[in-house]
Amino acid sequence: MSKLDKSDVEKIAFLARLGVDEQDIPEYATNLSNILDMVEQLDSVDTQGVRPMAHPLDAVQRLRADVVTESNDRENLQAHAPEVEQGLYLVPRVVE
Amino acid sequence: MHNKTIAELSAGLKAGEFTSVELTQSYLNRIDSLDEQLNSFITVTPELALEQAKQADAQRATGHVGILNGIPLAQKDIFCTKGVKTSCGSKMLEPFISPYDATTITKFNDSGAIMLGKTNMDEFAMGSSNETSWYGPVKNPWQLDSVPGGSSGGSAAVVAARLAPAATGTDTGGSIRQPASFCGITGLKPTYGRVSRYGMIAFASSLDQAGPMTRTAEDAALMLNVMAGLDSRDSTSVDEAVPDYTADLNNSLSGLKIGLPKEYFSEGLDDAVAKVIESAVKEYEKMGASVKEISLPTSNLAVPTYYIIAPSECSSNLSRIDGVRYGYRCEDPKDLNDLYIRSRGEGFGAEVKRRILVGTYALSEGFYDAYYVKAQKTRRLISNDFNQAFADVDVIMGPAAPSTAFKLGELSDDPITMYLSDIYTIAVNLAGLPGMSIPAGFANGMPVGLQLIGQHFAESKLLNIAHQFQQETDWHTQTPDAFK
Repeated sequence: MSKLDKSDVEKIAFLARLGVDEQDIPEYATNLSNILDMVEQLDSVDTQGVRPMAHPLDAVQRLRADVVTESNDRENLQAHAPEVEQGLYLVPRVVE
Repeated sequence: MHNKTIAELSAGLKAGEFTSVELTQSYLNRIDSLDEQLNSFITVTPELALEQAKQADAQRATGHVGILNGIPLAQKDIFCTKGVKTSCGSKMLEPFISPYDATTITKFNDSGAIMLGKTNMDEFAMGSSNETSWYGPVKNPWQLDSVPGGSSGGSAAVVAARLAPAATGTDTGGSIRQPASFCGITGLKPTYGRVSRYGMIAFASSLDQAGPMTRTAEDAALMLNVMAGLDSRDSTSVDEAVPDYTADLNNSLSGLKIGLPKEYFSEGLDDAVAKVIESAVKEYEKMGASVKEISLPTSNLAVPTYYIIAPSECSSNLSRIDGVRYGYRCEDPKDLNDLYIRSRGEGFGAEVKRRILVGTYALSEGFYDAYYVKAQKTRRLISNDFNQAFADVDVIMGPAAPSTAFKLGELSDDPITMYLSDIYTIAVNLAGLPGMSIPAGFANGMPVGLQLIGQHFAESKLLNIAHQFQQETDWHTQTPDAFK
């Protein structure tokens, strides 16, 4: 069922905003198809009534008091950004 | 000095036989002269290490210090270390100097331990051979044309080659236990949530767990004593009392009930590895343990379940790395999409891309229930199997990997066969259980690891079982000839 072709890979890559070299696409298509074939073994397993397991200890989100615990650390954190100006991250113009 | 365990080195420091500065310098010298053959470090931090050692010696002079005070360690490059490059084995984070410390790093710093450097690893911990690292593969100290396993391959090689007494690793599907097996060292993956994930770069958040990689079970207990515990900064860390993990090491194993899953000894297991595991189990029988065959009928579902859950969580986690706030950015992006697409396309390697693509597909509209939710359901079936097995036995044993270390390049073009090298370890992560690999012998000249699997929070029990084996055998003391 899950034979992916070139256009599938291109579509998925765009959803992931992930550049993939043109010449590598056939190989990715084969790799992904094989992986999907492998995981399709699960289709034959009866999971009716089985509760999905999101956390191996079935723990729920721990809550804490709604108080400020972190201080403003903008300068330190932005020191690692490729491009910042006046406390803002710079990216190419989005709105003309 | 380099053949001593943490426990022995700590006693030496205490007795004043040597200082931490001397000890640290001797390991830095070994790294300097020997690591060229292995490529096990991405970053060595000599100035920081010697400064920390000086402080540790000064602390010791003023009074009481903990067992890890002055002990040099290597940290997997997945842990954020303030002021030190934290690359996660990726070109993407080559420019990333972490602005903060992971909780594990903070805890080791507070304990007075020394950081020698950051170890090489598969890119973003995705790999079973260390060949996906952007910094080049690590070599296995036992045979330089073989892989050390992965993803914590650098840490495993460092400990096997005695370039550090111990190291940290992380384990999402076997990344501590499989390299520990391939390199002949002791590795412990604790119960999910036992060790904080804060500042440990996330791969698959419902599976990732950090643990110690050491020469002995006793050293693993000493490391876990520092690493374990609730952390308010990791919402999945567990509020469960932390015992002294050394307290039960010397308990007798008389009456211990061992289960051997028949599925772990069937097709795909190398005969020579099987023999080593069988003789290790006989050793336990001599110590008074009883052995019975058990069944984990859903074992064959573990790899497919994992290869939906892990890539899905990876694609979600890695979406934050976009070339905007930190890390690699492409040259001259023409618009915002181009910035994202090229930064990620140029920054991530092939295996990471494969997993992002699989995960993106599995989570995309119309497929979520068929893949991710289905895998969460089979995950529960796998977990139920373990629960049932533990009604009858105290510990499950088997091989940590189906073979000994394979050759560099042997499987790198064959993702699925590579994935199967984690066939015995993956189910343990899905069920969130603690697991260990301990040196159990050699097959064809290469080390073989015995895997121990326990119930949730049974780390003390596993360490006890491992320690007792190490009292009766000397596999864990074997050192590769080139690194004696």
